[in-house]
Amino acid sequence: MSEESKIIKEFTSKEYEHGWSVNLEADEAPIGINDDIIKFISKKKEEPRWLLEWRLEAFQIFKKMEEPDWANLNYPKIDFQKIKYYSAPKQKKSPKSLNDVDPELIKTFNRLGISLNEQKKLTGVAVDAVIDSVSVATTFKDKLLELGIIFCSFSEAVKEHPKLVKKYLGTVIPRNDNYFSALNSAVFTDGSFCYIPKGIRCPMELSTYFRINAANTGQFERTLIIAEDSSYVSYLEGCTAPMRDENQLHAAVVEIFAAKNAEVKYSTVQNWYPGDENGKGGIYNFVTKRGICFGNNSKISWTQVETGSAVTWKYPSCILKGDNSVGEFYSVAVTNNYQQADTGSKMIHIGKNSKSKIISKGISAGFSQNSYRGQVKIMKRAKNSRNFSQCDSLLLGNKCGAHTFPYIDVENKSSLVEHEATTSKIGEDQIFYCLQRGIDEENAIALIVNGYAKEVLKQLPMEFSVEAQKLLSLTLEGSVG
Amino acid sequence: MLSIKKLKVSIENNLILKGLNLEIKNGEVHAIMGPNGSGKSTLASVIAGNDNYKIESGSISFFGKNINNFSPDERAMMGIFLAFQYPVEIPGVSTINFIKTALNRIREFNKKKPLDAVGFLNTMKKKMNLVKIDRDLLSRSINEGFSGGEKKRNEIFQMAMLEPKLSILDETDSGLDIDALKIVSNGVNKLRTKDNSTIVVTHYQRLLDYIIPDYVHVLIDGKIVKSGNKDLALELENKGYDWL
Ligand SMILES: Nc1ncnc2c1ncn2[C@@H]1O[C@H](COP(=O)(O)OP(=O)(O)OP(=O)(O)O)[C@@H](O)[C@H]1O
Ligand SMILES: [Mg+2]
Repeated sequence: MSEESKIIKEFTSKEYEHGWSVNLEADEAPIGINDDIIKFISKKKEEPRWLLEWRLEAFQIFKKMEEPDWANLNYPKIDFQKIKYYSAPKQKKSPKSLNDVDPELIKTFNRLGISLNEQKKLTGVAVDAVIDSVSVATTFKDKLLELGIIFCSFSEAVKEHPKLVKKYLGTVIPRNDNYFSALNSAVFTDGSFCYIPKGIRCPMELSTYFRINAANTGQFERTLIIAEDSSYVSYLEGCTAPMRDENQLHAAVVEIFAAKNAEVKYSTVQNWYPGDENGKGGIYNFVTKRGICFGNNSKISWTQVETGSAVTWKYPSCILKGDNSVGEFYSVAVTNNYQQADTGSKMIHIGKNSKSKIISKGISAGFSQNSYRGQVKIMKRAKNSRNFSQCDSLLLGNKCGAHTFPYIDVENKSSLVEHEATTSKIGEDQIFYCLQRGIDEENAIALIVNGYAKEVLKQLPMEFSVEAQKLLSLTLEGSVG
Repeated sequence: MLSIKKLKVSIENNLILKGLNLEIKNGEVHAIMGPNGSGKSTLASVIAGNDNYKIESGSISFFGKNINNFSPDERAMMGIFLAFQYPVEIPGVSTINFIKTALNRIREFNKKKPLDAVGFLNTMKKKMNLVKIDRDLLSRSINEGFSGGEKKRNEIFQMAMLEPKLSILDETDSGLDIDALKIVSNGVNKLRTKDNSTIVVTHYQRLLDYIIPDYVHVLIDGKIVKSGNKDLALELENKGYDWL
């Protein structure tokens, strides 16, 4: 390698593009968690009594639970009393329209490439922008409302659409589902809410952009998507955080409800700060995502590109309750340096003729550990159901690890489950082939890796697909050679 | 153009090339023949810069520059092209996209503007015609599921696209049927200019009926033991290598 390209490589390999933070004056809760903190959060959000009680009960549940240790993850025990559970950028008044949003916040999101200006922005995407514990702006709200589509922050939904929230909150993921869902239920702050009425195809992509800004603060977002009969929505989620030496906790819950003939497509590009190349700092990402295909012929499709976080614990799942319902999970998880990921999916077949597909592509580099963990359960009454799972692992270098933990449970004879798994090393001969054609090493790896992940990447909406490809290359920069 | 002097090369402590000399001038075609395992592909790989091989001593110069320590992609940008004996498959990467990436990097190196989509397609059409390769094939992932012959043809197509100064064809004729052999050779001949040169590694005299070499070299046990004109290839065809 020439001196010049060496220098470029060193320069680029350290870069986490979104590692900066801004000084925003914040309204914060004291550090730690107890009933008073939960009351504080609930009061800040001006919540109804039932929701406060719901939160307090969740906290009781949380206190009785143990932090799970079955994942293939190694990290120091989290001290939940050292985390700040609420931090909101101070705004003069609560913004009634986009014009009232603090320009400082608009600038922050502009810097991330997220425009909150409806005129300038491509009209194909509506954005809900969440910073730390609050949503600061949601675009195209009014235009969507003309179709009856509700797209707003979770806090606003609690105020404006309490019946819907009460009806669905915690139905797909009960508070006691797991340790982190209990925690989230107690202290969740903001997130997005979408409601697509019967027969409506949402004409634009809905997206939420999450940003952690404040130090020592956890982010606990809550998202709820409800798709009524024969409706369709494609939803995107992106996220970034500043570079900090301390680990920060992100524990989100996303619930999706699909009524009969409804289809929900949920895409994530997860780019939380992964820590530095020695494994210092980075986000602990403990997320529970689950959708229920409640009605017949409904469909939920998860696509995730996981490149960030120091630790990722995440299993977007589908409960296929309706007959002929379809669940899909497409995942690319990349780990480099000392990152650890334990991710996969659960497909629970209850309805007849239900179908599910799991395509998981793990890519490990550096000293990282990358595990696929997946469960396919076909219940007795789910006659003639099908699952196809494919879990591929690609290793770059020989100090990283790839692991696969499939759990399969089929309770009837007419159903069929297929599981395929491969592990391969990135081929030196493939890299040489690219080099021989004049392509440099970084681009060669990017090409090969993107080719390997193509089946998943092509599921993403266009704008995201390009960003995701860049991210994959960036994450792996400096990992070979 | 290419000057190799006293080249000794080893892999995993086995000395494969044992003091090899080779001079190639602009516009020349050199054929290299020799028994299996004599080091022909090794020579091709070393010229292309594969760092699995270790240069123990000697030098490789390209247009007067010692390139012993140049990376493979630098050599490629300078105009060295290797048509592989066993082209590799890269799943998920379309051949077109791959060639476009390569071509634009080489153009950038030569201080030319990158080709836009239209320019690229036009060039591609011309070159596709030259080697009679199917558009469908080029939309597929590189070499994935290609037949042996299709892979070889794809190598020559890439060569046509990248317009190298020195092309090394490592047994491009193996696996080609008679018609394909003619098409590929015809393509190679059409791409010949007074400036670019070709090394053809082959086991069969037949190819040299189509691509007529200026020189034929016999490589045995890591050394060139005999050089001559195209008649030498005929002689080898009749007598084998034992008499050397
Ligand atoms: N990784 C390796 N380790 C040890 N020996 C190797 C390695 N790679 C190649 N060789 C040896 O180097 C020698 C030369 O191989 P090379 O591929 O250059 O031969 P060739 O002349 O191209 O043969 P063929 O006509 O069969 O293509 C062979 O004996 C081969 O076994
Ligand atoms: Mg060979």
